[in-house]
Amino acid sequence: MTTATGTDLDRPASEPPTRQIALGRRIKDHVATVLVSLAFLIAVVPLVWVLVTVIARGLPAILSADWWGYSLSGVLPEEYEGGVYHAIYGTLIQAFIATVIAVPVGILAAIYLVEYGRGPLARAVSFMVDILAGVPSIVAALFVFAAFISILGAPQSAFMVSLALVLLMLPVVIRNTEEMLRLVPDRLRESAYALGIPKWKTILRIVLPTALSGTVTGVMLAIARIMGETAPVLVLVGYARAINYDPFEGNMASLPLLMYSELSNPEAAGQYRIWGAALTLIIIIMIFQVGASLISRFSAIPK
Amino acid sequence: MAKRIDLKDVDIYYGAFHAVQNVNLTVIPRSVTAFIGPSGCGKSTVLRTLNRMHEEIAGARVEGEILLDGENIYDRGTDAVAVRRTIGMVFQMPNPFPTMSVRDNVVAGLKLQGVRDKKKLDEVAEASLRGANLWKEVKDRLDKPGGGLSGGQQQRLCIARAIAVQPDVLLMDEPCSALDPISTLAIEDLIADLKKQYTIVIVTHNMQQAARVSDQTGFFNLEATGKPGHLVEIDDTEKIFSNPTEQATEDYISGRFG
Repeated sequence: MTTATGTDLDRPASEPPTRQIALGRRIKDHVATVLVSLAFLIAVVPLVWVLVTVIARGLPAILSADWWGYSLSGVLPEEYEGGVYHAIYGTLIQAFIATVIAVPVGILAAIYLVEYGRGPLARAVSFMVDILAGVPSIVAALFVFAAFISILGAPQSAFMVSLALVLLMLPVVIRNTEEMLRLVPDRLRESAYALGIPKWKTILRIVLPTALSGTVTGVMLAIARIMGETAPVLVLVGYARAINYDPFEGNMASLPLLMYSELSNPEAAGQYRIWGAALTLIIIIMIFQVGASLISRFSAIPK
Repeated sequence: MAKRIDLKDVDIYYGAFHAVQNVNLTVIPRSVTAFIGPSGCGKSTVLRTLNRMHEEIAGARVEGEILLDGENIYDRGTDAVAVRRTIGMVFQMPNPFPTMSVRDNVVAGLKLQGVRDKKKLDEVAEASLRGANLWKEVKDRLDKPGGGLSGGQQQRLCIARAIAVQPDVLLMDEPCSALDPISTLAIEDLIADLKKQYTIVIVTHNMQQAARVSDQTGFFNLEATGKPGHLVEIDDTEKIFSNPTEQATEDYISGRFG
């Protein structure tokens, strides 16, 4: 790097080591870049494929006039009329009942684990939550079937599905709420205690509000997750083509169950309804997930 | 208002670890008592036992007596919550409640103790903010989040919050160590004001600060890491800084160790 005015003294004694990257390292860099990009593509391809297929095949169904407002009551297998109103209602009410049960229990359990739990009981609860988180949905469904239907003699109903969903939702809610509560700095608790505020009030009025945004987001994501569960509806409730508003009695449709039952429909309308229901389910879950991110954005603690 | 605290043969443990050994001292009402000493000597630990705050750490316990105007705050049947209403605390890091506005932060203690009267809460908020020398700076942003203030303002907000519940004693655990010199000065002026009404105990790493704000100073030390800390001596601040009784105190103050 000599310049016109430079003398030998201005020149570096040896070539600066930063001047050029060694060939070996350049090759490694390129190989790594290609591998990582490839892995990304491989991961994205099935996702896009599924989405495109579901949208392309489901779109005609969900755009039809009756889709969102009518059930399949009285619709023959080969007919394209009717809609999935009854199944949307079923999916939502089953998830709603599960949420009403699982959220208070889950949040209280998380509060116990974070704020009170010391010693063997807390470790046992925490261990059980881990076990529960690993339980496959079919096992949860069979447990409810065995415990409530076989032993206690309860009839098959949407409520039984909700109970199985509670088992699947609880560990998600507990773990998430636990994380959020642990994020609340201890110095906030200490300064509340130092004001002479009792512990339970500190938790209720200081700790929970601080953790609220993340907790609600987690609950929304948990709801989104259980709405697609199929095993509980296959085991615990019969399919109905008409609307049944009563979750405690009789058969009730839900979107996964409707898809399953249409599988045995040999007519083309069956395929049409399966793809429509699939797209509908994805849209509903999307709404909950977008809702979750909106809530976390707008209820975040202002700086 | 303003109560006296006596420590008699106080030993503090964290589980099996003996943190502080045999402390005897008296905190005089309407004065500032400073605790100084090297890191790990137990001065903050002693401070936290004065309002039973150290109990929040698993395995921590206290032996001996801590008397607040003659009553042992560790008596069976004494409520830690009641003790803390009498003995307030300001922490090292400013820690306003992030979900609350400036006003709600100040009256958080009263509100959560069940005071509902909005007029009274507003009065207390103003009086406490004036008491903490913060009123002029925040009176137009009482409804803004407390976390939006500067560090020094947040610390004064925390002091306002502590005095809003009208304690008799105010404990300060290195209240200025996270602040710049100007905010530190503001807090020191405030301490001089507050001691007219309150009994103040302050832990500080800054010896000049102890010399500036306190009436009596206690020097804590520990013989070696892992050994319990102990109170070397406690005396009038002027005497500690000019002519201490113990050689260790003089060594520490003159900067020969620590």
